[in-house]
Amino acid sequence: MLSFLARRLAGLAVTLLATALVVFVVLEILPGDPAAVILGVSATPETVAALRTEFGLDLPAPERFLRWVGGLLTGDLGTSYGYRVPVAQLIGERLQVTLPLAFAAILLATLVGVPLGMLAASRPRSLRDAGVMVFAQAGLALPDFWVGILLVLAFAIGLHWLPSGGFPGWDAGLGPALASLILPVIALALPQAAILARVTRSATLEALQEDWVRTARAKGLGAAATLYRHVLRNALVPVVTMLGVRFSFMIAGAIIIEDVFSLPGLGRLMFQAIGQHDIIVVKDLVVVFAALVVVINFLVDIAYGIVDPRLRRRA
Amino acid sequence: MPYRRSVLLAALVAGGIASPALAQDKSQVVLCQTLEPTVLDPTAGAAQAIREVTYGNIFEGLVAIDRAGKIVPKLAESWQISADNLVYTFKLKSGVTFHDGTPFTSADVKYSLERAVAPDSKNAQKWIFTPIASIETPDAATVKVTLKQVAANFLYGLAWGDAIIVSEKTAAANATTPVGTGPYKLDKWTRGDRLSLVAVDGWWGGKPAIARATFRFINDPQAQLAAIQSGDCDALTNFGAAEALPTLKADKRLTVTIGKTEGETIIAMNNGKKPLDDLRVRRAIAHAVDRNQVNLGAINGTGTPIGSHFSPAQPGYVDLTGRYPYDPAKAKALLAEAGYASGFELTLKVPPPAYARRSSEIVAAMLGEVGIRVSIENVEFPQWLDRVFKNKDYDLTIISHTEPLDINIYARPDYYFNYKSQAFVDLMKKVDAAVDDKSRLALYGDAQKMLAEDSVNVFLFVLPKVTVSKASLTGMWADWPLPATPLTDLAWQ
Repeated sequence: MLSFLARRLAGLAVTLLATALVVFVVLEILPGDPAAVILGVSATPETVAALRTEFGLDLPAPERFLRWVGGLLTGDLGTSYGYRVPVAQLIGERLQVTLPLAFAAILLATLVGVPLGMLAASRPRSLRDAGVMVFAQAGLALPDFWVGILLVLAFAIGLHWLPSGGFPGWDAGLGPALASLILPVIALALPQAAILARVTRSATLEALQEDWVRTARAKGLGAAATLYRHVLRNALVPVVTMLGVRFSFMIAGAIIIEDVFSLPGLGRLMFQAIGQHDIIVVKDLVVVFAALVVVINFLVDIAYGIVDPRLRRRA
Repeated sequence: MPYRRSVLLAALVAGGIASPALAQDKSQVVLCQTLEPTVLDPTAGAAQAIREVTYGNIFEGLVAIDRAGKIVPKLAESWQISADNLVYTFKLKSGVTFHDGTPFTSADVKYSLERAVAPDSKNAQKWIFTPIASIETPDAATVKVTLKQVAANFLYGLAWGDAIIVSEKTAAANATTPVGTGPYKLDKWTRGDRLSLVAVDGWWGGKPAIARATFRFINDPQAQLAAIQSGDCDALTNFGAAEALPTLKADKRLTVTIGKTEGETIIAMNNGKKPLDDLRVRRAIAHAVDRNQVNLGAINGTGTPIGSHFSPAQPGYVDLTGRYPYDPAKAKALLAEAGYASGFELTLKVPPPAYARRSSEIVAAMLGEVGIRVSIENVEFPQWLDRVFKNKDYDLTIISHTEPLDINIYARPDYYFNYKSQAFVDLMKKVDAAVDDKSRLALYGDAQKMLAEDSVNVFLFVLPKVTVSKASLTGMWADWPLPATPLTDLAWQ
C-alpha cells in the first residue's frame, strides 16, 4: 500500500511539472500583454512598460518560469494581474461555489441515474425500460444550458421562487446561498443522470448474464435480493469510472452553466482570465485542474477496491 | 389523495405567481452591469467597469461631468483661469474628509496630480496631466496649477475618472480597498459576482436617498434578460440582448431608454498597407458599406449613425453621414480607377464584443458585393491589442473607441490606423490652443471633415447606452457622456 501511494505521489509530481511547463510555454507563445489589456487603447507605450515592470513581466522567460514554479512549490500561487489579489485567494473563493455545485450535481445525478438504470435493467425491453431509456435519451439530447434557461423561466421569472442567477456568498446565509445553487445543480445533474442511467443499465444487464446470477437464482434467492446483493456491486465498477470522469468534467467544465446562472465558479474565472490575459491566473488554474483530476482519479482507484475486492488484491 | 395533492400543487403555483414582489426597500438598489471591474481604482486601469462603479460614488475629482456632459464643480468649489490660460487656481470645498477620516486638503490634490504625471505613472490617460508644469498649494484650500502650454481640454480631462483625488496614505491599496471622498464606500465584494457600496456618514453633499447599492455583474445576455424579468435587478445598463428590447419595452413594470455613448464604432483600416494606402480604395470601401444595415443587423438599430470620429452627443458634432452614401456601383468604379477592377483580398480581425462580431459578417458580405474578398478572423481581446493595436498587423478591424472626445488619437504618430497627416496634427494643436468654445468647436468640425475627406476609417455608429430599469426607479443616466452610474442621482418613487 505504501509503495502504491509513493508511486502515485511521484506520478502526481511528474504530471504537475509537465503541465506547468506546457502551459507556461503555450502562454509565452500566445500573443498578448496583461499590462496592455489593463491600460487600454489610450495609454502611452511608456505607461504600459511601467506596468510591465511592476508585474515583473520584463524579466527573461526562464527566470519567470523558475520563480513561478518555485512559488508553487512553497504554496505561493502569485498575485493576479487583473484583480491584484493573491491567486490562491481567488481560487479559494471560486472553489466555494464550484465544489458544492459539482458535489451536489454528481450526488443528485447518482441518486437519480443509478436506481433508474437498475430499474430499467431489471425488466429489459419492458415499458419501464423504455421509459427510462426515453428519459436518458432526452437527458443526453437536451443541452444543460437550455435546461438551465427553462428552469430560470419557470422558477425565477414565472414563479419567483428562486433567484435567476448570481451567488450571494456563503456568509449571506445558508438559505440564500443554497437557493442560488438549486437550479444550476438540477441543470447540471440532468445530463449526468442520463449518462449514469445508461451506463448502470448496460453494466447491470451484463452482470445479469453471469453464471453466479443463475446460481443465486437457482438457490432460490428472489429477483430483488439477487439484484441488490450480487448484481449491483458487480455493475458498479463502470459506474464509478464514469462518476470520476464526469466529476472531473464538472469541476472545470461547468462554465456554460456558470454563465447561464452567472455563478462565480472556477470555469468562469478561467474564461475571464483568458479574456484579460491574466496569465498567472490561467497558469495556476491549469495546474490546479490537473491536480484535481489526478486526485479524483486516485479516489476512483480507491473506490474500485471498495466495490470490488478482487481489484484490491490485484493492486 | 391524488386530488388533494393536485390542489396543493395548484395552490403553490398560484401563490407563487400571484404573490406580489416583496415591497421595495426604498433605501436599497441592485444595479446590474455586464462587466466586473477587476480593481476599484480608476487610476489603475482603463476599464469602463471601474468607472461605472466608482465614479462619483467612491471617488471624486476636482470637477465632474454631469449627465448632460457639462463640467460641474466637485471637490473644487470654484476656479479661475488666468488671462493667458496657463494658470488654473482652484478653491477647494471645506469640510471634506476621506473615508478613513483624513481631512481633504490641497496637499492631496498636489499628490494626486503629481502621481498621475510622474515618470512611473500607471495612469491610462496620462495625456490629461502632461501639460502640467507645476502645482502650488498657497494654503490648505487653494491649488494653483500652471501649465506648460495652453490645453483647452485640461479642465474636461480633470473631470474624468482618471483624475480622481486620492490620499497618499491609502493610494497604493485603492485597487482592492478604495478610500475616496465620495458618498459611498465599499462594503463587500464577492469577486466574480457582486459588490456592495454603503453610504458614508457625513459626506459633504448630504445624505443620499440610496443607503446601500449592490452592483451585480452579469455577462451572458440571456442571464441579463432573466435577471431583469425576474426582478432580481432594479436596473441593468448596457443590456446585451437587443433583440429582446421590444418585449421589455412592452412590459409596464419596466422603463427602457436607449441613449448615446461616446463609443465611436469604426471599421478601422490600415492606412499604411497596400491597397488601403490608396484614398480611392478607402473611399470605395466607405461607399460599399451601408452603415444603417450594419446598425440594424448588429445591434437592432439602437446605434446612432456617424460619418466621422465624433459622437453626436458632443457639442460641435457635424453630421457627415451623407459624405459616402451607400453606392456599390460607385465603389466598384473607384476600385477600377485605382486599378483593382477584379477586387482583392483582405482580412478582417474581429475582437470579441457582440457588436463587432455581428457587424463583421454583414460588412464582409457588403464588401464581397463590390469584389473585395474578406476573410474574417476572430481574435481574443489581448491578441487584438497585441497584433492589431500594437504591431499593426491587420488590414481591417471593427472596434468601438469608447473614450470621450478622442478624435485626437488620429494625431498620434504611431497609432494603429497608420494615418499620417501633418495637417491633422496641426489642426489638433490648434484645438488644444483654442480656449474659447466657439472657435474650438469650429475646429472640431474641421477635424471631423478632414477625417471624412481622407476616409481614414469607415465610421459606423456610436454605441447605444441601453438601460432597462424598474419603472419606479428614477435618476438613471440615459446618455453616457462618460461611463458612470452616480448613485446620488437615484431615488425610488
